[in-house]
Amino acid sequence: MSSKRLILPLLGAALLSACATKKQALPPTPPAEAAPPAASTAPPTTTTIPGDSPVGTTNVPGSVADFVAQAGSDKVLFDLDSYDLNDEARGILGKQAEWLARYPNIRVTVEGHADERGTREYNLALGDRRANAARNFLAAQGVAAGRMTVVSYGKERPAVEGSDDAAWAQNRRAVTVIAGAR
Amino acid sequence: MRILSLLAPAAALALPAFAPAAAQLRVDINAGLSQPLPIAVPTFPAANATATDAGTPADLGGRIAAVIAADLKSSGLFRPLDPAAFTTQVSVDDTLRPQFAAWRTLAAQALVTGTVAGNADGTITLACYGYDVFAQTELARQGFVTTASNWRRAAHKCADLVYARLTGETGYFDSRVVYVSETGARTRRIKRLAVMDQDGANHRFLTAGQALVLTPRFAPNSQTITYMSFEANRPRVWLYTLGSGRQAAIGEFQGMSFAPRFSPDGGTLVFSMAVGGNTDVYKMNLASRAVTRLTSQPGIDTSPSFSPDGSRIVFESDRGGTQQLYVMAADGSGQARISFGEGRSASPVWSPRGDLIAFTRIGGGRFGIGVVRPDGGGERLLTNGWQDEGPTWSPNGRVILFQRSARGGRTDLWSVDVSGQNERQVPTPLDGSDPAWSPLLP
Repeated sequence: MSSKRLILPLLGAALLSACATKKQALPPTPPAEAAPPAASTAPPTTTTIPGDSPVGTTNVPGSVADFVAQAGSDKVLFDLDSYDLNDEARGILGKQAEWLARYPNIRVTVEGHADERGTREYNLALGDRRANAARNFLAAQGVAAGRMTVVSYGKERPAVEGSDDAAWAQNRRAVTVIAGAR
Repeated sequence: MRILSLLAPAAALALPAFAPAAAQLRVDINAGLSQPLPIAVPTFPAANATATDAGTPADLGGRIAAVIAADLKSSGLFRPLDPAAFTTQVSVDDTLRPQFAAWRTLAAQALVTGTVAGNADGTITLACYGYDVFAQTELARQGFVTTASNWRRAAHKCADLVYARLTGETGYFDSRVVYVSETGARTRRIKRLAVMDQDGANHRFLTAGQALVLTPRFAPNSQTITYMSFEANRPRVWLYTLGSGRQAAIGEFQGMSFAPRFSPDGGTLVFSMAVGGNTDVYKMNLASRAVTRLTSQPGIDTSPSFSPDGSRIVFESDRGGTQQLYVMAADGSGQARISFGEGRSASPVWSPRGDLIAFTRIGGGRFGIGVVRPDGGGERLLTNGWQDEGPTWSPNGRVILFQRSARGGRTDLWSVDVSGQNERQVPTPLDGSDPAWSPLLP
């Protein structure tokens, strides 16, 4: 750390001089209306405060962010009018189950959703099918049934706006929501 | 509302000797839409000067005539004449002895007139007369007494009287619509129950919007509404009592309960319940709260709707692979598919006349409203939109209200005549969906 403190000002001076030489080739700059706060007015010690790199974040184990990061996603997508889990969905749910196995006290709600291109009541039933497909897969992977509740929102809560295939594909989904996270 | 039978004036009884033996004036309800009947609805003169909360009778007379004219026009069967063409003001005496010659020169074939009076107890009396202009005969007459705030209902009753006399069918103008008012982004849509007169007047919200609400439907008494609410994130069937504003879930079930409708006698609710990914149709006796399961197929059985005699139920099921219509007896026996052909058929609702079932037809990337006979014959598509869905019948089974969504745009309420003609948007303050028509009000 101490060696860096010495090097940084030197490096800064070198950069400044490089800029200065370049500037001479440019047209004269108009007179500055107000001089920028000169470096000299600031106490010199401020430049040497350690740790001025950005404060990093990390996922707290057991958090929602940790769940999403570890499982790859909190949701799985479905084909049109289908509640079959494809390979990608099974992979995600498998990782969700692994994560849930590490935090046996955490409860989840599995939400089922449909795209807008269906009638309202059928889509409520379809959302229920999708939520149960995901729930049943999680249960088969060892997540206790008592930790999971299902709810269908039908077409009432799309993930994204839009009336095209791309939007509909995003909205046909089952989402595993950590209890208390919503 | 009190209904008076008005004494027939001598003039109307004593037909002029030269009156032509004309055929009875009648609107052909099927052909009438292409040539609406010209009808005059001049301002109703005041029978007295007693003001009520609805204003003076003189002021009310114009508003009542406008409501009647708008009702008749909306049916598509009548063409109310522009009041600007009326040369003279109708007097109280004119309402009993119309100046037929003057109306004839305006080419009016029928005349709706009457008087308005305010009463000392704050009520109003509306006298309503219908005349055949060319035959110079009286068609109908009725008096209505009601609280001043109900003045629009009295006007609707007068319009219903004339409609019934001229078409031979019962009217539907004195009725209400309950629906879901929508606003906000689709991802966080706010939905509220709202009720209004069938013409959009007297609009009011029933719920505040905290809980997602869907599919409201009237009880036969028009005072109770069943609907689905996501209150406390537990999607269930609820009941709303209009008078008291009381809201209560019908019960606690193992799974989501939804798609509720009343039986014609109001004593039973039929609805769907989803348990473990399987949706079936159930019914609940509202007095005993006893629940009976009506279907048990491994598929989605939903959107049940009683026949008007209560003996049968139409519903949709995907047990055959895609959404199709099925009819069964009210005890669940004899389930038989009635819709075939390409595409899907969904959200059926039985006409109050019993003769047809309206439904949502899905096919070719379009959603339209169709009708089919209960035996599966005579299927006709009435509308064809990006997404038309959720039909509901007028009390007389002549008009269908539904929701229409534009691609990526608004969702609004529209009406269409059962012939497929006369598509009209029903005005709502915000977006509207899930309409349900009330029976004719008492």
